[in-house]
Amino acid sequence: MIVICRCEDVTEEDIIKEIKNGCTTLEELKQRLRLGMGPCQGRTCMMLALRILARELEKKAGEINLPKNRPPVNPVPLGLLAGEND
Amino acid sequence: MIEKADVAIIGGGINGCSLAYELSKKGKDVVVLEKNYLASGATGRCGAGIRQQWSTKENAILAIKSVKKFECLADELGADIGLRQGGYLIAIHDEEEMKQAEKNVKMQRSLGLEVEILDEQGIKEVVPILDVKGMDAIAATFCPTDGHADPFKTTYAYANAAMKNGAKIYRFTEVKDILTKDKKIVGVKTNRGEIKTSIVVNAAGAWSKEIAKMVGIELPNMPYRKEILVTERMKHIFDAMVISFKDGIYFSQQEEGQILGGIPSPEEKPGYHTMPTFSFLRHMAKTLIRYAPVLKHINVIRQWTGFYDVTPDARPILGEVDVEGFIQCNGFSGHGFMLAPMVAQLLAELIVDGKTSLPIKNLLLERFKKMKIERERSVVG
Repeated sequence: MIVICRCEDVTEEDIIKEIKNGCTTLEELKQRLRLGMGPCQGRTCMMLALRILARELEKKAGEINLPKNRPPVNPVPLGLLAGEND
Repeated sequence: MIEKADVAIIGGGINGCSLAYELSKKGKDVVVLEKNYLASGATGRCGAGIRQQWSTKENAILAIKSVKKFECLADELGADIGLRQGGYLIAIHDEEEMKQAEKNVKMQRSLGLEVEILDEQGIKEVVPILDVKGMDAIAATFCPTDGHADPFKTTYAYANAAMKNGAKIYRFTEVKDILTKDKKIVGVKTNRGEIKTSIVVNAAGAWSKEIAKMVGIELPNMPYRKEILVTERMKHIFDAMVISFKDGIYFSQQEEGQILGGIPSPEEKPGYHTMPTFSFLRHMAKTLIRYAPVLKHINVIRQWTGFYDVTPDARPILGEVDVEGFIQCNGFSGHGFMLAPMVAQLLAELIVDGKTSLPIKNLLLERFKKMKIERERSVVG
């Protein structure tokens, strides 16, 4: 068993299963598996998942679109955003 | 791609997919045309809430019936939808809001809904992390059968069940034109070819206005960007969705433990702007901490935007318009997910049987011309 997304505990097997179920984009893998939706925001897993997707769909890695980056880049405490010094 | 269908639905969000299911259950050949992937618009970006506490009787009836359907949906569709009924707690801030709340509760109870008015102590019992003084609340209404479901799981559950019944769902298929003859629908033109059909359903969310223009119909809907954030996961500490009409805030703790919530930006203008803003992040963080100070230590991990498809009375537009066979299923004004199960049933009845089990007269497009409209007041986000 190979863990791809450590934050949300998604394995290579999970990803392959969803591709067999019809997912053809990383966005759909996010929806189905919460892939890349944890604190690291996909920095660890997204490129690995992209390669798996390309391999399974017999496409080039460059033909697969990356999901939109969503701010913030790093997790930020609510208190800091609210302007509280704690 | 298929060449003809009984019904072509434009939009693969919760409403398009649930309607595809209800129609396929009634034996119709249905095709769903989605320009992106399923739930890529408002559905997949929404706050996931399911609420029955409304100010207009029609919305309350629709929502109550939708919840009854949500409760049986996992069994009916054969897939988990992540339904959790932890209730909605709606803050009451002053005497004026109290008067409206009392009126709403009376109407809601007359429909058989379990809903009560909580005092300060009651609020703390339902959501212990709330600071009632910080919220500037004097009371709250609470309905324990409100809750939330997973929009991804629910949309896919409907889509998969529809496909099992023979419905076709085409992703990455954009409708370029709607074909008519003598003011009747005869087909749709997509980037992948034409489909002959006599019925087209416009369930394109914030893009419904553009779709309607293809047949010369002007919808009053306006797209409004709405922002939302999510925190890291934490231990499960509360079940209810907390909302305030005065502050516009809503937040809940989701299945996996993350806090998800939004608040409107005061200066928001209509239009297709998608960029998330820092001013939202600040405003949301400040308000959230005022409501639940303990959350100041929790990390925000992501923010994003989506659209409300807003009508002048904040209620959906359903049913047929001037062009025969052109059915509206849009204008949900931020409540499309929670109403979808019942809306899908009603529109399937309209399309197949020619009549609906609940009246939809006040939800037709023509209400904006002919009738005095009753605005839904209970809107957040």
